[in-house]
Amino acid sequence: MNEYVITAENLTKSFGDFTAVDRISFEVRRGEIFGFLGANGAGKTTAMRMFCGLILPSSGKASIGGFDVYRETEAIKRNIGYMSQRFSLYDDLTVQENINFYAGIYGMSRKAIREKSAPLLKQLGLEAERNALVGSLPLGWKQKLSFSVAIFHEPKIVFLDEPTGGVDPITRREFWQMIYEASDRDITVFVTTHYMDEAEYCHRVSVMVDGRIEALDTPGGLKKSHGAASMNEVFLQLARKAKRKGD
Amino acid sequence: MKQFINFIKKEFIHIFRDRRTLFILIGMPMVQILIFGFALTNEVKNSRFGYIDLSHDELSQRLVAEMDASNYFEAAAEFADRDEMEGAFRKGRISFGLVIPDDFSGSFHSTGGTKVQLIADASDPNIANTLVNYATAVIQDMAAGASQGLQIPYVIRPETRMLYNPQLQGAYNFVPGVMAMVLLLVCTMMTALTIVREKENGTMEVLLVSPVKPIKIITAKAVPYLLLSFFNITSILLLSVFVLNVPIRGSLVLLFSESVLFTLVSLSLGLLISSATASQTAAMFISLVGMFLPTVMLSGFMFPIENMPLPLQIISNLVPAKWFYIIVRSVMIKGTGLAIVWKETLILLAMLLFFMGMAIKKFKLRLA
Repeated sequence: MNEYVITAENLTKSFGDFTAVDRISFEVRRGEIFGFLGANGAGKTTAMRMFCGLILPSSGKASIGGFDVYRETEAIKRNIGYMSQRFSLYDDLTVQENINFYAGIYGMSRKAIREKSAPLLKQLGLEAERNALVGSLPLGWKQKLSFSVAIFHEPKIVFLDEPTGGVDPITRREFWQMIYEASDRDITVFVTTHYMDEAEYCHRVSVMVDGRIEALDTPGGLKKSHGAASMNEVFLQLARKAKRKGD
Repeated sequence: MKQFINFIKKEFIHIFRDRRTLFILIGMPMVQILIFGFALTNEVKNSRFGYIDLSHDELSQRLVAEMDASNYFEAAAEFADRDEMEGAFRKGRISFGLVIPDDFSGSFHSTGGTKVQLIADASDPNIANTLVNYATAVIQDMAAGASQGLQIPYVIRPETRMLYNPQLQGAYNFVPGVMAMVLLLVCTMMTALTIVREKENGTMEVLLVSPVKPIKIITAKAVPYLLLSFFNITSILLLSVFVLNVPIRGSLVLLFSESVLFTLVSLSLGLLISSATASQTAAMFISLVGMFLPTVMLSGFMFPIENMPLPLQIISNLVPAKWFYIIVRSVMIKGTGLAIVWKETLILLAMLLFFMGMAIKKFKLRLA
């Protein structure tokens, strides 16, 4: 259970003179829910893009699911799932077509897709909407569907980039229920968020300031070491030190 | 490969689900061909003309009758004097006038030469020119007929032949033009839009994070529009041949291959636009203003390039449609082969490589 699926060691990315990500180091265990916090412009997105194999680091080491971020980006891409803040489903495709398409991209066979999507739709309560266009679904359902699609091919790690934007608190709570279930199935969840109540749900949380990781601990540990009553206070204390302006 | 087909299937769903756009993409070429073919023709038929006949004899009446009998003119009125004729011009009742002087037949029979005045409404200079040319031809024909039997030495009688398009039909000109326009619009604009849409919706992010290679994403986007273009080329050609009676004199295979080449150039332009823009509105604007307008104006299809100022003539060389237009016109209307149009073909090939290279470079740059 203590196997690391994400490791980063002095990972750095600079664009010209600007160091977006500055020597970050951490490990994430299998099945862990890892909160990746930071103000806008702190370097979260750049770091996440390096982990997803979209950009190459300038220096340092990192491996994702046991694959090297310099040499094995293709293998990384096959072993991760990704969900963005815009949910990234096709509005003009039906629920089933979206599932078929994304699962097909990851090379799943038609049979496997069929066998897996029936229970999934049942679990999501979307059986009746199977052939409805995704554009007609309420936001909360789209979000749950989007997450289900992101982990449909059973990735080792799923990256969630501000997955709960614009969704009401009740739906958010339900969404986190799904995240816990994924974590129980040993899928590692790497999540960025701006909602501090969500940070409390994570197993461990890191806070990035100006490209560096300023703090990393369990939510309880962070509150204790910063003498704060909530994650919100912890975040504000750390983020105030930032010299960079957010975008 | 399975992954790729999965992708193409999805692109087709996008296209078929957007019925309105699909209808426009398929219907537009046909409507354009028919509109250009029947309504917007620059041929002149049955122009109404008025005349003043001061000669009043057999020869002058024969002239009027021949004019009336030609396809181009239709006798509308006879006037007593110029004021009356001027009035008719002003009211737009006639667009062409003929004044036959009183010594018309007299001097024709005595000296073998005579005069007649042609008056054209030059508020539209092109039509006025055309009418004067038609009238001159009719008059010359008649004079030639009338002077037979007269002993006139050294008469040079020009005999004009309009090669490849003897009836001077406009359709010969615009069928290649519409083909260029339609292919450019479908391929450039639609390809740019469909890729930029993925960027706008955030789905591109997910695709890039997935194991699918970017080159596959882009190719899969292009394939449906390539097929759609094939359909459009076929429908345009069928309509041209069977409805507008424009012949295809050259090789059909060559015509299709050249069309595919131009389609690929348009597709790569679309890719280039899509990698340079972030919103559908911007992509649409660049496609329309940056591609469509130059195609209409500088390809030689609407306005002859030889008549343009030198800088515009030079710029026109950068418009891919110009070369495609030349090729299609040569192959379709003149029946020439690759031996004649190889130069234009090479230019299009070079453009294809250049745009494709730029597009791929830009796409990679964005990823790095």
